[in-house]
Amino acid sequence: MLAKAELLFVRVLAPLLLLPLSAASFAEEGGMWREVLNMTPGVTEVSRTIYDLHMAIFWICVVIGVVVFGIMFYSMIAHRKSSGREAANFHESTAVEIAWTVIPALILIVMAVPATKALIHLYDTSEAEMDIKVTGYQWKWQYEYLGEDVQFMSELATPESEIYNNEAKGEFYLANVNNPLVIPVDTKVRFLITSKDVIHAWWMTDFGIKKDAVPGFINETWARVEETGVYRGYCAELCGQGHAFMPIVVQVVEKDEYQTWLQEKKSEAAAIRELTQKTFELDELMTQGEGVYNRSCAACHQANGEGIPPTFPSIKGSDVALGDVNHHLDIVVNGVEGTAMQAFGAQLNEVELAAVITYQRNAWGNDTGDAVQPIDVYNFKHGQ
Amino acid sequence: MAHGPAKGIGRWLFTTNHKDIGSMYLWFSFSMFIVGGFFAMLIRAELFSPGLQMMRPEFFNQLTTMHGLVMIFGAIMPAFVGLANWMIPLQIGAPDMALPRMNNLSFWILPVAFVILMSTMFMEGGGPNFGWTFYPPLSTTYAPDSVNYFIFALHIMGASSIMGAINIIATVLNMRAPGMTMMKMPMFVWTWLITAFLLVAVMPVLAGAVTMVLMDVNFGTSFFDAAGGGDPILFQHVFWFFGHPEVYIIILPAFGVISAIIPTFSRKPLFGYSSMVYATAAIAFLSFIVWAHHMFTVGMPLTGELYFMYATMLIAVPTGVKVFNWVATMFRGAITFETPMLFAIAFIILFTIGGFTGVMVAMAPADIQYHDTYFVIAHFHYVMVAGAVFSGTGAVYYWLPKWCGRMYDETMGKLQFWLAFIGFNITFFPQHFLGLAGMPRRYADYSLQFADWNMVSSIGSFIYGAAQILLLYNVIATIVAGKRVTEPKTWEGAEGLEWTVPTPAPYHTFSTPPEVK
Repeated sequence: MLAKAELLFVRVLAPLLLLPLSAASFAEEGGMWREVLNMTPGVTEVSRTIYDLHMAIFWICVVIGVVVFGIMFYSMIAHRKSSGREAANFHESTAVEIAWTVIPALILIVMAVPATKALIHLYDTSEAEMDIKVTGYQWKWQYEYLGEDVQFMSELATPESEIYNNEAKGEFYLANVNNPLVIPVDTKVRFLITSKDVIHAWWMTDFGIKKDAVPGFINETWARVEETGVYRGYCAELCGQGHAFMPIVVQVVEKDEYQTWLQEKKSEAAAIRELTQKTFELDELMTQGEGVYNRSCAACHQANGEGIPPTFPSIKGSDVALGDVNHHLDIVVNGVEGTAMQAFGAQLNEVELAAVITYQRNAWGNDTGDAVQPIDVYNFKHGQ
Repeated sequence: MAHGPAKGIGRWLFTTNHKDIGSMYLWFSFSMFIVGGFFAMLIRAELFSPGLQMMRPEFFNQLTTMHGLVMIFGAIMPAFVGLANWMIPLQIGAPDMALPRMNNLSFWILPVAFVILMSTMFMEGGGPNFGWTFYPPLSTTYAPDSVNYFIFALHIMGASSIMGAINIIATVLNMRAPGMTMMKMPMFVWTWLITAFLLVAVMPVLAGAVTMVLMDVNFGTSFFDAAGGGDPILFQHVFWFFGHPEVYIIILPAFGVISAIIPTFSRKPLFGYSSMVYATAAIAFLSFIVWAHHMFTVGMPLTGELYFMYATMLIAVPTGVKVFNWVATMFRGAITFETPMLFAIAFIILFTIGGFTGVMVAMAPADIQYHDTYFVIAHFHYVMVAGAVFSGTGAVYYWLPKWCGRMYDETMGKLQFWLAFIGFNITFFPQHFLGLAGMPRRYADYSLQFADWNMVSSIGSFIYGAAQILLLYNVIATIVAGKRVTEPKTWEGAEGLEWTVPTPAPYHTFSTPPEVK
């Protein structure tokens, strides 16, 4: 039986330990955008430091493991009863106990030194060249370029049809957003991270950043990215049903390219302020409203407007959608305290708010015929 | 010694016998293990491939939450309380537990708690969906209405644990046979004594945390709501002040079991008994001062982060001592490989791997990358499953002949071991890769680069699940039709008072205290 056990150990355990090596090739074949075996060094000094630390601890553990398991397997093979061994009777040695208390302690001290240095470095948010406020919402991110009057929501761009397997999944399934965060290369960016509802966590593997977004508090962290490119991350703290559906995409561009982009964003904002004055047809509002609804509302209230009661009430045939417009505006703009209903006043612009409220009041047989105009939203916001 | 067990259902409802109560704990624990395992199978089935196939994310979150709660509070903890009930009186030469009526109560409120907890899944709005760690505001403002039932259930489980712990402390301190000094107690008794103190210390903290959540949900307080002057992070501090010792509550009795099995099948006394006792106490002490290493990304100040990193790394020292002592016990022994020994050896290997990843996640800067990923899932399943569950399974094979006077089938036992060992590693080893490559935990769906390893992991989990059905078969087959054994000492190398009483252990043992030399 023992021979069998040994054989099984050799056949099962050894391949498991070797798996990291053999599987490297297998990950490459898939042509995926990330090797799925180990941490990657990333593109910031911090992420590289973390990677080096990770590999150092890993190899120390491997060495200790080889020694400990080596002695153990030697005993299992050499000191079997079936090989006619008599058991020894020693069961104490103060010297040995002291040795294997002190040596691990020394190893730990050696490991603590680089870890401390790394931690001090990654906590140093001083002398940042620009600030971006990151706000977590159920289930999307808002980015605000402080001092630049630019802010926007960044939401999952993967269509429901891919999630529910009605369509082939794209390369960046659940890792693509409508508006990526854009930052300049070689610039120390400070991120101020908070949340409007539950706790989220903003995680960019390639930058070596993971920071919780806590409602009512602001955390800070930073990155100086050294290579241009598109980087992807995820929300890392359980935040409800859309937890897996609020990825992060950061586009790192050359500095002048970033300036051009920033100017574009500013003029876009100005154009939208213009549009607030315009009067729209019901059809236009409905078309735009459907898009906004599917992006911002459907995760909870569902595409058919029926919600998931009692947490997410139905809009179809509801008193709110069929009743007083101002009450409806109030709920959408200010949210409902103590419930999952967020305040969308800061998330959506006047045109989007007008469109989505119009859509809610006319879709799914609600048919009130109300066409809420951007200016109504503007007046409501400023009159309240 | 005239009377034996009562007849009919009354024997089980009103029993104050430590063996009956121990058996009930073990059966309850196994049934919860199957339920929690079923939840895990559903989770792995959904994660078999990318996309949502079987369920909404909302239900997925309920499954992960319930899987954690059921496994920790329903399966692992009661399993070791069951073992304690059976074995502590037998190992210290006591006729029963010190507080037998409380023993009955602490068991019977457990099924009540779990009926309440399970019933939430059928309520409007669904069961708890905020993870077993129930961080507010997800568990307060954004929670389903059933959160109140969840809190009530947790309170009952806590009361049950506290009563069980008090009973064990009272038994160990007062009921030892003459001559059974503290430093002669078997390691299983020692580890349970220390665990019981941990339980008495931290279960009330959990009760405090859930009560504050209850107040925030129902009575307008703002303990964990910044808008009212509270702090959501405060909850995490309180929770992990309970939660970290809880991890050791689960693993320390497992250490005790391993410290019984390894010497028996190595036919050599446990190496470094007194250092094992001190190491256990050191681990228990350290468990109180490391809690915030679960919170390295919440935005603690640098100094706090450094302190919790250093303190956490220290735990590796006493834990290492234990592993080295077990290996030294095997060294130059005369080893045989019966099923309990296979589980114990697998425990040492896999628990040590979990310990290595434990040192890795203790390093705060590296934990920035590991935190809340599948790397952490892999880490704590190596400790909880390959640690606690393997040890519990080994304990059942080890003591089953003593309990029922019948021997399990060695071939079937070994088959079950290999199925569990292989299934476990196929399930959880690849999760290290997933986490390092960037897959967050508690995700109902994932990007395509994670697809291959998730499929491997799911296949492994089905194998591991099948191994548990085989365990159930083995235990029932042994009880019903196993080969009868009557020798008091089932295993050649076994030491201790439990091997001096007849096999199967009679309903009452040690009515006259044995003399321990």
